[in-house]
Amino acid sequence: MLGLTGVLGFLLMWELSSRLGLVDPRFLPPASEVVAALVGDLGLGRFWVAVGQTMQAWAIGLAVSVVLAVVLGFMVGSSGFLRRVTNSTVEFLRPIPSVALIPLAVLLFGVKIESSLMLIIYASFWQIFIQVLYGVADVDNVAMQTAKSYGLNSLARVRHVVFPTALPYLMTGIRLAAAVALILAVTAGLVIGSPGLGREIALAQSGGAISGMYALVLATGLIGVVINLAMRQVERRTLSWHSSVRSEAIA
Amino acid sequence: MNALKRFGYAIALPVLLVGLWWAASAGSTSIFVPRPAPLAATFVQTWLGDRILSDVLPSMGRLLAGVLAAILLGVSGGLLIGSVRWLRELTEPVLEFFRAIPPPVLVPVLMLLVGITDSMKVAVIVSGCVWPVLLNTIEGVRAIDAVLSDSARTYGITGRARVRYLVLPSAGPQIMAGIRQCLSIGLILMVISEMFASSSGLGFTIVQFQRSFAIPEMWSGIVILGLIGVAMSFIFQWTERRVLRWYHGLREVENAA
Repeated sequence: MLGLTGVLGFLLMWELSSRLGLVDPRFLPPASEVVAALVGDLGLGRFWVAVGQTMQAWAIGLAVSVVLAVVLGFMVGSSGFLRRVTNSTVEFLRPIPSVALIPLAVLLFGVKIESSLMLIIYASFWQIFIQVLYGVADVDNVAMQTAKSYGLNSLARVRHVVFPTALPYLMTGIRLAAAVALILAVTAGLVIGSPGLGREIALAQSGGAISGMYALVLATGLIGVVINLAMRQVERRTLSWHSSVRSEAIA
Repeated sequence: MNALKRFGYAIALPVLLVGLWWAASAGSTSIFVPRPAPLAATFVQTWLGDRILSDVLPSMGRLLAGVLAAILLGVSGGLLIGSVRWLRELTEPVLEFFRAIPPPVLVPVLMLLVGITDSMKVAVIVSGCVWPVLLNTIEGVRAIDAVLSDSARTYGITGRARVRYLVLPSAGPQIMAGIRQCLSIGLILMVISEMFASSSGLGFTIVQFQRSFAIPEMWSGIVILGLIGVAMSFIFQWTERRVLRWYHGLREVENAA
């Protein structure tokens, strides 16, 4: 309830600062106009096509990086030797900002969806990969020894011991990566001009459709909120099993 | 011997990869494929001359100014919002929304509001970086141990001393986690704001190389961005270990027990 008041208060402050001329209304149109523009957008095919393109790049990029990071993460994480050997390389590659790859992506793919995908996959891969490494390293020694002495082969051990331990870490990684992937999906449109909401924002801005631009910015924010909420829901679903098992074991 | 072994582990794969790269690109004449030795030469030639003064240092200065302002704003705002319950509930949905907006989207917005100036670029960095610090500080302040908080009150520790000796240390690990995110977002925004609207700086120069098909120079730009990212991450880790020494020590003791 208080939160709703906060949102309304924010919109009111925005409306007033534009109406009273505290900020030039040409550059910051009143909230009511922007919301009206957003509602207008919702009826346009063009808007939904742009949303679809952004979400498509987001979904494909996230899916590819999850698969890559899980496979490589489990492989590297379960071998002490590989972990030690790759550590320095990982620590070096990880902080490289994904936007450094923008020129390369343009050169390789131009303004196609592939250049968005390249940025998205690079950025979200590390988020998940690192979490999987932590998760696999967190496996309880006793559980592992028990599984071994019960004669579980290595595939079954990964399935029944390593995977459940790493799952919470994996879900954290995916949640972080989902947010990062959206950022890159929009950025690619904005800077490179690959199709999607980012490109629409850049077009609206250079075309002087200021309310339209703010409406699109609001739309990206709302998509971000929806993704965050959905990811949190997915996390709770997949892990309710995990925590319930743990609380039973403690009791 | 042990240190030698660790050094070997750290160096083996990079050496192997560079070796492979060298071998694979040795006979190549394609201008798109970078080769190690010419790339290193181009790097020195491109970045260690005038550009370090005209592009690299101004970019870094803006990044530093933006990140410091974001940290200051985020921590002070977070301390305030985190310790007042109704304020927290009032602002939570709005803050969640601002965090969810992809920060690069703010570049065209601020271009309009502030104009294409240096302060626009700093404003872009601040407006993107402040959210992780702010929200993490709020979380950290909220999660202060109730017993500690009550003890502090019983001993009459209030006001400035309370913030200094109770609130900041217990929110410290969370705040540092926020700052870590803030740094990587800041670097990204620095590059993007310059790619979008600028006539100088790292981002502008690299896009310029790409548009004029100066491929080796473009690669060297990618390398310098990578190096900056790595350097920032090392500086952060070093600082974090010093600032949170007590915390890591505590964790070690707990884990050993």
